[in-house]
Amino acid sequence: MSIRVIEDKCTGCTLCVRACPFAAITMQDKLAVIGPECTLCGACVPACKFDAIELIVEQRKPVDKDRYRNVWIVAEQKRGVVQSVTYELIGAGRRLADARGAELHVVLLGAGMDGACKDLVARGADVVHYLDHPAFADYQDEPYSRVLCRLMNTHRPEIVLCGATAIGRSLIPRVAVQINTGLTADCTGLEIDTDGGLMQIRPAFGGNIMATILTPNHRPQMATVRHKVMKEAKPDPKRKGKVVTIEPLKEDAYVRAKVVDFVEEVEATVNLAEADIIVSGGRGLGTPEGFKLIQAFALALGGAVGSSRAAVDAGWIPYSHQVGQTGKTVCPKLYVACGISGQIQHLVGMQSSDTILAINKDPDAPIFTVADFGIVGDLYKVVPAIIDRLNQR
Amino acid sequence: MKIVVCIKQVPDTTNVRINPETNTLVREGVESIVNPFDEYAIEEAIRIKERLDEPAPTGKPATTGKPATTIVVTMGPPQAQAALRQALSVGIDEAILLSDRAFAGSDTWATSYALSKMIEKIGDVDLVLCGKQAIDGDTAQVGPGVAVHLGLPQITFVKKIEEITPKKIRAERMMEEGHQVIECRLPVLLTVVKEINEPRLPSIRGKMRAKKAEITTWTAADLDVDQDSIGLKGSPTVVHKIYAPDRKKEGRVLDGEPADVATDIVSELKRLSLV
Repeated sequence: MSIRVIEDKCTGCTLCVRACPFAAITMQDKLAVIGPECTLCGACVPACKFDAIELIVEQRKPVDKDRYRNVWIVAEQKRGVVQSVTYELIGAGRRLADARGAELHVVLLGAGMDGACKDLVARGADVVHYLDHPAFADYQDEPYSRVLCRLMNTHRPEIVLCGATAIGRSLIPRVAVQINTGLTADCTGLEIDTDGGLMQIRPAFGGNIMATILTPNHRPQMATVRHKVMKEAKPDPKRKGKVVTIEPLKEDAYVRAKVVDFVEEVEATVNLAEADIIVSGGRGLGTPEGFKLIQAFALALGGAVGSSRAAVDAGWIPYSHQVGQTGKTVCPKLYVACGISGQIQHLVGMQSSDTILAINKDPDAPIFTVADFGIVGDLYKVVPAIIDRLNQR
Repeated sequence: MKIVVCIKQVPDTTNVRINPETNTLVREGVESIVNPFDEYAIEEAIRIKERLDEPAPTGKPATTGKPATTIVVTMGPPQAQAALRQALSVGIDEAILLSDRAFAGSDTWATSYALSKMIEKIGDVDLVLCGKQAIDGDTAQVGPGVAVHLGLPQITFVKKIEEITPKKIRAERMMEEGHQVIECRLPVLLTVVKEINEPRLPSIRGKMRAKKAEITTWTAADLDVDQDSIGLKGSPTVVHKIYAPDRKKEGRVLDGEPADVATDIVSELKRLSLV
């Protein structure tokens, strides 16, 4: 694989220099020169109006794509409860299956979850593949990936989606490498292109760029999907579908990395990822006591408390509250940022929230560029006034 | 006992900005750093070595025989040497760089394949450590990929190693609402999260040692790799398009007296059924 500038065709117009997201192209003697920073992303190829850049991609012999059909969802359950990310995947998967004129299959590994199978059908599954065995009651990497690899090889789905959760991000990379196909992490958008392929859209470089990823020559096309980005599929009790039982093989339950205990952590139950409303405070609070006001505000709105990295680094609030690239990614219905300037690493963790309210005294703070509502002012005056107003209702 | 740490040199994405005119990343002045999550993996490898080499309270050493060795590996351009030297400066014993244009364009499948071949060549590795993810791609897929290519079990998102001996490990895997306690015999691959430790700073002596250290460099020819499985050719996924996210919103700015602003915003939130 390589990239080259066809010098006869290059006019020195610099369009490619501007198109390169990695600043890898420079002009030398009015000719484009591609430097070592090049990642072979190919962004410059369509940008060149003179067909002067050629990306030579030799690929292995592609798989016979016609042998692969249907969209599969890997359900996530914890202690017998199907997690809401599964319903989001069904919503997205149903749309993709319909676009491909294909069926939507859901695979559920667990124990004693017959009721959940009916609900998965009601939410949109045409077929539920259900493995009911005590050895699969709790998630473990090896048994789960072994069963999934076998199902993939037998049923040959065209598309496989899984939640980008702790479980999904441990399980699915194992499966994708084992069955020798591509996997795109943490997608925020999924579309079918004109050739019927899956366009997997995701942020990279800490949210500074968006990338569309394709899996052109391998099947299935696999992706993990960010929680709280897609809409949940609602149940319709009239929907029909079938439940197929999977029998585990004796060796499926064999584990080397064995889960011996699960410990719930009170601190971790600041489950920001699930909160519908989040009120966050940042360096602009000025003092650790400022979080008392944030807490009161969160209480008045019925939300959870978040924070910027600056406030965590200052020791004002524990790390479990941190929103952003090195903290949690959240997508609540309402996100309120108080005294947060809006560093890029914070923005990537919250900018997909439905509605954003920012309160900051600096009118030029970057947080206002992502806010639906901006209040320029002293948060110690504005926030108490809003709390008063809320409590009057 | 051999401990291998896989690291990546990344641009410091927290300082990356978009040039609004050209919609490209402004790379000038953006430093290359060791992926922050990998720093925790480096620190943990050194701590494990110290723990195993330290004599037990009974007076007998915890490990029988040879002391543990820590080796840091990376795949990247020649300048990725700087990342390896940083690992050496805090106490890692050896460093190996895999550098060859043949690996350019590798996705997570091909990257994990190449790293697994490095670890195979090192041989007799008991423990592989990775950061949970790299901050440029944020995929968290390379660690599990390496484990599968090597046929190893894995413990991802490790926040604490409760116990480790040359034979087995007991570790806590961080999940959304708590942690799993996992026991496993070695060899195993771990990916670690930032809660696991506080990385140390290099000493002056460590810096001097790192500066002078010999860094082993391998190319594709040094590894037993299938040429069709590396680089862009060995990558099932391809980047089709890259663009700047549309971040600008036409937000409504409210101003005036706090009481008026409060009334205004609360009625807006009501209109949106948020309160």
